[in-house]
Amino acid sequence: MRILFSALLLALLTACGSDTGEPEGSQTAGSEATESRSSGAAEPAAAEPARLVVYTSRQPHLIEPLFARYTRTTGIDIDYINDSEAALIERLDAEGDQTVADLFMTVDAGNLWHAAERGLLRPIESESLANAVPEALRDEQGRWYGLSVRARTVVFHPERVDAAELSTYEALAEDAWSGRLCLRTSQKVYNQSLVAMLIEHHGEARTEEIVRGWVDNLATEPFSSDTRLIEAVAAGQCDVGIVNSYYLGRKLAEDPGYPVELFWANQDTTGTHVNVSGAGVTRHAPRPEAARNLLEWLASPEAQAEFALNNLEFPVDPDIEVRGPVREWGEFRADDTPLQIAGERQAQAVKLMDRAGYR
Amino acid sequence: MLLTSWAQPQPDIWQHLSRYLLPRLIGHTALMMVVVGIGVAVIGVGLAWLSACCDYPLRRILDPLLVLPLAFPTYVLAFIYLGMLDFAGPIQTAWRGWTGSSPALLEAISRPGGVLFILVLAFYPYVYLLARASFLGGGLAAFEASRSLGQGPVRTFFRVSLPMARPAVVAGLALALMEALADFGAVSIYGFDTFTTAIYRTWLGMFNLTAAVQLASILMLFVLLLLGIERFSRSARGIQSERRPTGHRIRLTGAKGWLATFLQLAVLLVGVVLPLIQLLVWAWPQMSGLLHARLVNVVFNTMVLGLSGALAVVLGGILLLAATHHTSRRQQFLGEVAALGYAIPGTVLAVAIMLAFLQIDQMAGTALAGGMAALVMAYLIRFLRVAWGPLDSVAGRIRPQYVEVARSLGVPRWYRLWRVNLPLLWPGLVTAFLLALVEIAKEMPATLMLRPFGWETLAVRIYELTAEGQWEMAAVPALILVLLGAIPVAVLIRSGRVRAI
Repeated sequence: MRILFSALLLALLTACGSDTGEPEGSQTAGSEATESRSSGAAEPAAAEPARLVVYTSRQPHLIEPLFARYTRTTGIDIDYINDSEAALIERLDAEGDQTVADLFMTVDAGNLWHAAERGLLRPIESESLANAVPEALRDEQGRWYGLSVRARTVVFHPERVDAAELSTYEALAEDAWSGRLCLRTSQKVYNQSLVAMLIEHHGEARTEEIVRGWVDNLATEPFSSDTRLIEAVAAGQCDVGIVNSYYLGRKLAEDPGYPVELFWANQDTTGTHVNVSGAGVTRHAPRPEAARNLLEWLASPEAQAEFALNNLEFPVDPDIEVRGPVREWGEFRADDTPLQIAGERQAQAVKLMDRAGYR
Repeated sequence: MLLTSWAQPQPDIWQHLSRYLLPRLIGHTALMMVVVGIGVAVIGVGLAWLSACCDYPLRRILDPLLVLPLAFPTYVLAFIYLGMLDFAGPIQTAWRGWTGSSPALLEAISRPGGVLFILVLAFYPYVYLLARASFLGGGLAAFEASRSLGQGPVRTFFRVSLPMARPAVVAGLALALMEALADFGAVSIYGFDTFTTAIYRTWLGMFNLTAAVQLASILMLFVLLLLGIERFSRSARGIQSERRPTGHRIRLTGAKGWLATFLQLAVLLVGVVLPLIQLLVWAWPQMSGLLHARLVNVVFNTMVLGLSGALAVVLGGILLLAATHHTSRRQQFLGEVAALGYAIPGTVLAVAIMLAFLQIDQMAGTALAGGMAALVMAYLIRFLRVAWGPLDSVAGRIRPQYVEVARSLGVPRWYRLWRVNLPLLWPGLVTAFLLALVEIAKEMPATLMLRPFGWETLAVRIYELTAEGQWEMAAVPALILVLLGAIPVAVLIRSGRVRAI
């Protein structure tokens, strides 16, 4: 036993020894240019920064290919930290002007709004960003910009539901859907944003009625993921649900005959609720200019299609053409209420859902 | 940090919380403590007693395997079982195709309350391990003595064996319940609201970290209650046998023997075999990624962090022991309170540690945050409690007389520690090290937040892949994590055997 323990100790010491020799940040998006990075870290005053740091809650496998391409074209390496939004925001706040982060990227507008509110993002005025990103999908002061559109809409089982029965999110609260509705937990920010927008359109009292109606119509307890919800619709546990469209896109990419279909909600009223995956330059970014260039590049035609479509989302720039299964869903009218409302009303929405018994 | 949060009262949120959330939270938390407590006690003590005091077919093979559920992180066990058993899962689907109706048991277990089943499965090994060691170390002889006085086996179990093992059982229970209280992964996958989910809701949904920390401090009250109970139970300790076990096991023959084998096999099947099969099924199509160079690096990182963290935890445990041993009861209690980190939800603890390190950095001009030191410190705070249990229990065996004898012989202090205290502590040290190693490898939130740039571990990979609910994609790292975790667990049970026989 003692021998084993000593062996472990030895292994540990050697491991630590070899580790200290490594330069900071072994997880670069670009596989090449290791030398340039370490030299860049050694001379931060160099005119052309060789490295950018991104704090991101977007999944690495979705952004890594893009970052790698950016590195190939510009020679700038991109390091990133992936964590939950809340953790990254606390980290940015705590680091203050000592932060290494240049860009902050999330998968929803609520958290971008929150980061901006806490003074963690700096306003960026940029003509190309203003042209590429519709007004509703960015902060009015330019502290954050949406980079891909995530539509949250209704899905249904084609054998048990006729698309003609469907109309709006609000209508899912009606008795006709009793015992047929599936929802994801209200713990998820996507639902918090959706309800925040409902409050914006209908006021608190009416929204609370709608949410209560949903809860009454639930076929089973809320799910912890959209994917499981879609699987439940397919398996017949419920007939309709509200999910982000790309989750269904993934299912359809695996199996084109998957027995769940998509319906664009609220086309005749407010438009389908959308959210964004987006980013902003941090207040104390060590390399603000380079960060701004990266942000502009991510919103440019060159990067837009890939940024959105490698997760089956929609580009923010309406001029970019969509392909694949996403295209088959057809065009839809999105709710054009400014997304920062979702952030402003988020806490209100969470409390409302608590009152309505939406877990 | 917990206490200072009350300096900023948040009346609005509290009015809301107490009206709509708190009653359910307290109800759920109480339910969790009762169900998980009874579940792990019955399974843990039952299996431990069988394996320590009886003899039946396949015992020597099954004994060590029963600790293996420890290698599964609760979030992995949760997504495996939900994926396997819920309405859209393969088993219910096949059942419906066959009979046309849904199996009520599986449906019930896939509801939010089903997470209690997961927690029992994940945490019973704590009780099993500690109770088994206690039954083996002395309980056996007393058991035989009682039998020879004409008491039946059942009566003996309740009148002799169980009371003797009580401190160990309670220690195991306390560990299991504290982990259950701090669990976030499994309860959020099942949608079972507890204090941890409410803390996240207040923090992430309502952007109110202060109120979230206040909630965390209420959670601490539950933990203090647990600690109090444990303390109370330990004060009744007295019987500590020093002798090697000499008694004979009860030989269970025929149907009885096979029934015992069957019971152990059943737990093993549900706790290890089925989840492992499901993981393999998911991982199979992605196996090509197994030998990916990046994954090798990830495994290496996991091991380095695990080993250094476990070392820190054990050293911390020794220091705590040195500071509190043979001192007043109040100081001992303080020592235990210092180990409270175990029941603080990981992310809250991680934020607190990050803030502390950033403050130190700003004052001292160092760059500790974002380095290994901060992470190791987080592990130390979080898992000190894990090391404390085994260390404290072996420390009880160091009689003051031993030290007195050494002192009277004029042995210098450090040499005394090295030659007298260390060998006596050794089994506890090894157990503490291995337990901490497994725990750290599974740890997710603190690792995510405090790891140095670009450090990926298996738990981090699992987070990245499951953040959007695609559990199957995380099967490969989850499988490796479980297999890796099985190594220290196996060593643990082997060393336990060496000591016992």
